[in-house]
Amino acid sequence: MQGNEACAEGAFYAGCRFFAGYPITPSTEVMEIAAARLPKLGGVFIQMEDEIASISAIIGGSLGGMKSMTATSGPGFSLMQEGLGFACMTEVPCVIVNVMRSGPSTGSPTGPSQSDVMQAKWGTHGDHPAIVLTPSSVQELFYETVRAFNLSEQYRMPVIILYDEIVGHMREAITLPAPGEVEVINRIKPDCPPNEYKPYDKKYGDIAPLAAYGEGYRFHVTGLYHGEDGFPTNNTKLIEETAQRLIRKVDNNRDKICKNEEFYLDDAEIGVFAYGLSAKSAKFAIKELRKQGIKAGLLRPLTIWPFPEKAVEELSKQVRAIIVPEMNLGQIVHEVERVARGRCEVKGVLRADTEPIKPAQIIESITGNGFFPSS
Amino acid sequence: MSSQTEETKPLAKKKKKVPFDYSPYIRGGKLPHIWCPGCGHGIVLKSLLRAIQTTGFPQDDIAVISGIGCSSRTPGYVDFNTLHTLHGRAIAYATGVKLAKPKLKVIVTTGDGDALAIGGNHFIHACRRNLDMVIMVYNNSIYGMTSGQSSPTTPQGMISTTGRYGSVEPTFDTCNLAKAAGATFVARGTAYHFQELEKILHEAINHKGTAVVDIIDACPTYYGRFNKYKTATEMMEKIEKEGTVSVKQAGTMSPEELEGKLLRGILHKSDRPEYLEEYNKLIERVQKK
Ligand SMILES: Cc1ncc(C[n+]2csc(CCOP(=O)(O)OP(=O)(O)O)c2C)c(N)n1
Ligand code: SF4
Repeated sequence: MQGNEACAEGAFYAGCRFFAGYPITPSTEVMEIAAARLPKLGGVFIQMEDEIASISAIIGGSLGGMKSMTATSGPGFSLMQEGLGFACMTEVPCVIVNVMRSGPSTGSPTGPSQSDVMQAKWGTHGDHPAIVLTPSSVQELFYETVRAFNLSEQYRMPVIILYDEIVGHMREAITLPAPGEVEVINRIKPDCPPNEYKPYDKKYGDIAPLAAYGEGYRFHVTGLYHGEDGFPTNNTKLIEETAQRLIRKVDNNRDKICKNEEFYLDDAEIGVFAYGLSAKSAKFAIKELRKQGIKAGLLRPLTIWPFPEKAVEELSKQVRAIIVPEMNLGQIVHEVERVARGRCEVKGVLRADTEPIKPAQIIESITGNGFFPSS
Repeated sequence: MSSQTEETKPLAKKKKKVPFDYSPYIRGGKLPHIWCPGCGHGIVLKSLLRAIQTTGFPQDDIAVISGIGCSSRTPGYVDFNTLHTLHGRAIAYATGVKLAKPKLKVIVTTGDGDALAIGGNHFIHACRRNLDMVIMVYNNSIYGMTSGQSSPTTPQGMISTTGRYGSVEPTFDTCNLAKAAGATFVARGTAYHFQELEKILHEAINHKGTAVVDIIDACPTYYGRFNKYKTATEMMEKIEKEGTVSVKQAGTMSPEELEGKLLRGILHKSDRPEYLEEYNKLIERVQKK
């Protein structure tokens, strides 16, 4: 099965029954599969007039009570940013897939890249939380898509699945779990009388139950700063409270949201921090390095946002250097530097020529140039 | 902007018999609204609420969805399923809501800038799809909320903050645009002819398919002030009363007399299949296989 197909299948498994999208390489297959499968599942598929419409429609669909998703790539993801902010502000669950291609602008449509990691975090304006997942294989795409829906429903916010063209188009044999085998989480619905319902009720803590339109709870949703009842406010205290709460609901749950894989890390003296496709090359490189007697290990985040600060901090205390291979000219490497705070060297292995990072490049960065002599 | 003054007294005990009770539809505590004195948006809202009542749709089954602008503040004041989205995007959000909850009667309240400039693409494609919804364009020929810039319906030669020497651009006719794009119900009303507007909205709400209602409205604060209308009333009389004629009246008028006037009433109706009906047929077809 192809990566993009596994992503769509993961979505259906998680209960997604609403897909709105606009074609763009290299994400189009996700939409094409949704178009073929959703009517059979009794779900909704609609091809919208552009990406702005697509994200708008899925937010509307989610407020109508359906688990909703769209898939896009670089330029389309740029167009979706205002809607993404709206979903953060209004706390409407939805899943956005961004199969990264090389850019800026139209760039290289079929050229893989990892250059949207910062856009995924900071693309929309204002202070807001972000949950972004970075699977690196076909099987993982399936599971991580299920997890994306779960997180989105749990934390009432958009969740982004970020992978590059190669992961999207790669074919691997995968096993699809039976229904019930993987946990599927649904949003909490209100059980109070409709006249007591407040869509941002603080009595539930940071995340309140979310009603669906047309089920007896008439409520208001606005992208303006609002109070518990959902109505606009200019009250500075309420605005500050909401801004803080949005950030807090992710920050306070970092441990539950962050997910990392460790590979040969126990005794590592050199750490590699790699996500998505680059992590595949990193694994290969580490096996080679180990053969040469170099104690290298990999820390691979499956959640890139919130940034896995704790794990990187630990790593920076343990190793002499952290290598960060990325298919961009330096994005996550700066985050690693920030968290490492000079405790160890941090070095990016970067390329933006639409070629994947090769294991040899990673090995070279460790053994060559006197950076970390293989002595 | 209107505001409640200290002197505002509660309604006297000897309550006058009111012909229509708006209170069930108005959200307690959410007034005063932000609209300026003399703004037509409030009158449009009044016609909408009356129309909703006459159609008999239960409150729980109505969704009112807007973009951004003065007119787009409508959903905040009314007790339905309400959604205030992004500038220009109301129709796209409404599409999602309707598809996810088909039983809802979805009503989009949008401005001329919201619907026809930034949201123009969504507008024409909604008409093309013919998904069941009502699109009410509160057409005041200007951007109200951002203080009076030109909109796609600002008549040529009229003054705005971005058309200081008279707007150079030709304008959209909302109804022609909607009809050409495929809307199956196209009508025009005004805030001045509010009873007629109520009837038009009643028909629009009962229509199955995309219904576009262009509502000629007045923004005295900006359009009126820039273009030398002395009062809100004068403005309504000149623009809405004298600037429009009903379809019926128009039949008896010569082309010269009709020059420069906009037609009011239901201008177009067709019974092309509605989007969800077609989609549900498709589901039935593929599930049989
Ligand atoms: C993306 C974006 N661009 C611009 C704005 C600023 N803006 C807010 S309301 C508005 C115009 C509203 O005019 P109209 O739709 O005609 O409604 P009215 O206020 O006249 O009722 C604009 C341009 C915005 N909120 N978002
Ligand atoms: S600015 Fe114009 S459109 Fe806005 S409320 Fe005032 S009069 Fe109405």
